Amino acid sequence: MSSETKQILTTDGIPLEVSLKKAEKKNKIKAFLLVAPLLLFLIITYVFPIGEMFSRSIDDKMITNMLPKTFKEMEKWDGQELPSEEVFTAFYYDFKVLVEKQEHGKLGQRLNKEKNGFNSITKKLFRQVKRKKIDESTSIKKQIMKVHKRWRNVEYWQAIKRTAPPYTMSKYLKGMDMYYAADGSIAQVEEDRRIHRILWLRTLEIAFFVTLFCFLMGYPIAHLLATLPMKYSNLLMICVLLPFWTSLLVRTASWMILLQQQGVVNDFFVMIGLVADDNRPEMMYNKVGTYVAMTQILLPFMVLPLYSVMKTISPSLMRAGKSLGGTPFVAFWKVYFPLTIPGIGAGCLLVFILAIGYYITPALVGGASGTLISNQIAFHMKQTLDWSFASAMGLMLLSGVLVIYWIYNKLVGVDNIKLG
Amino acid sequence: MALPSYTETRYRIWHYIYIAICTFVFFFLIAPLFVIFPLSFNAEEFLVFSEGMKNLDPDAFSLRWYKDMIYGTKNPWGLAAKNSFIIAIFATIGSIILGTLAALGLSSRHMPYKGIIMATLISPMIVPLIISGVAIFFFMAKVGLAATHTGIVLAHIILGTPFVVITVTATLSGFDHSVTRAAASLGSNPVNTFMKITLPLILPGVISGGLFAFVTSFDEVVVVLFLAGLENTTIPIQMWTGLREQLSPTILAVATCLIILSTLILISAELLRRRSERLRGINR
Repeated sequence: MSSETKQILTTDGIPLEVSLKKAEKKNKIKAFLLVAPLLLFLIITYVFPIGEMFSRSIDDKMITNMLPKTFKEMEKWDGQELPSEEVFTAFYYDFKVLVEKQEHGKLGQRLNKEKNGFNSITKKLFRQVKRKKIDESTSIKKQIMKVHKRWRNVEYWQAIKRTAPPYTMSKYLKGMDMYYAADGSIAQVEEDRRIHRILWLRTLEIAFFVTLFCFLMGYPIAHLLATLPMKYSNLLMICVLLPFWTSLLVRTASWMILLQQQGVVNDFFVMIGLVADDNRPEMMYNKVGTYVAMTQILLPFMVLPLYSVMKTISPSLMRAGKSLGGTPFVAFWKVYFPLTIPGIGAGCLLVFILAIGYYITPALVGGASGTLISNQIAFHMKQTLDWSFASAMGLMLLSGVLVIYWIYNKLVGVDNIKLG
Repeated sequence: MALPSYTETRYRIWHYIYIAICTFVFFFLIAPLFVIFPLSFNAEEFLVFSEGMKNLDPDAFSLRWYKDMIYGTKNPWGLAAKNSFIIAIFATIGSIILGTLAALGLSSRHMPYKGIIMATLISPMIVPLIISGVAIFFFMAKVGLAATHTGIVLAHIILGTPFVVITVTATLSGFDHSVTRAAASLGSNPVNTFMKITLPLILPGVISGGLFAFVTSFDEVVVVLFLAGLENTTIPIQMWTGLREQLSPTILAVATCLIILSTLILISAELLRRRSERLRGINR
């Protein structure tokens, strides 16, 4: 019996299977076309630019484009002793082009970052080239070596060779307080100059403790909201939702007023005799301010997921636990708490993700000891204009966040995020 | 939360501690907002409660900072408010259109690669704003839209759509697809079906997503800081500058207005949520 005789046909005489597949495909395309405008929009304006940040962060084409002939000759050089006559000649002709284009200064500055002392010797060489003191008919190597003794030092030529690749990871190393040493190996910055590592650790520390505080404060009130009768819990819910809907800057401003030295919190401490009037503690422009303000601002993001999970737990489970002989504590710990773990995971991950990238609040109430990695990124974007370094730091932060996002997606599912 | 009469003393104590903790947390959440109200009516220039205010002396209160906000010379708030509203309204419209379409596609069971696409569409909400700001700034600078209203509106559409996608997909999850099939079988074309059947049913979700998008745009400062020129200043930018340089009571007057606005938005969002639950037959 062949399979064809068993096939079911539609009224048009097409096998049902084919017809169904066709309909399925049509539906797929239809669904995809609905998503396409937003997806395309986001890819062009958002996903690609983030990719562009990556190419910007590793870009080091400047010198590669400035000294094309030199690097071609240097391919043959072993990098041990002074390079050959050909390398010097190629470098001379590259340099001459730069002098004509008036770009020799940029070369000197960039090479100076690689090795100190380049700026002055490129300037010296520039003067010689400008006055046409270099005779192109005899050995250029000898004449360049005569310009300054550093041109006779092989370390300087090694430094030039290191800048040859069009890409560099140096910005990422800088973000972790490391750099390429003279011999090309990776070295640590001196201990008292390791500012970025402190910032990373502080960012993690603040994000961790803010998450912990939010959990400790959010869990009881989420429980209360979920167990109270509707008419009371709706009213109390406003206390959670109003801050949630209020402008971030307004909430930060209110903390600035509360925490200042003559502020309400300090007044209160003086009133109850906790601190002396002439010895009011500084609670803003340091870590304390960052902790307090960020905890209050992020607390709703902890309460809402916890609440939506606790709402689904039937109160009879606790009663059953108690009736089977558990004390209220045992019943809570063995029955109720494990059921709320999905909500705890969702809330903690959400708060942690938000806290780790926080910018506005730390910048306003954090002062010097309360700033986070985001503030450093903004600083390099706006003040030093080192955009490739800002991009590198941003991507390092982003990779951390994406890992947590991935865990969140596995545990909770992005389509389970609930708002309000 | 009355305790049954047979509760042992130690659990009674625990219960009162628990109530005390909850009271403290609610106070911690809501009280900071209420500090702003009285201080915005301060007659003096300082941001502390003066002796007169503590004694409820009527002379210690005044509307001068509200007057300054509205009539003050070289005052940026008028322009900032105008810009903020224009940008937020256009960003909301854009987010609603793109987000609702995408949510319709995503909740179809035929949608391929649902997980990864959903994750991409939600990502602007998850990626730290500072990184979004840098990336969007690079893009807008390249296409020449930096320091224009269009650029900021586009940036806010990016940030606002995830909220619309989330709320509309949530509404659609309880949506009975047989009603659209019924409409189709009665001869309605897809556009007509959407306008007459689907849209009215998912409208609460769409509007509440729109409210989120509006608030996101209206309150957004990090990305705008990168994009805005002097012409495109917004309320959050003005507040940010004000808070960094000098806390003036005028800012508190603005903040009070913003709190009133957010209260109104909260009330509409809550009413919408309840209406939506009623429509979907979820009774809690």
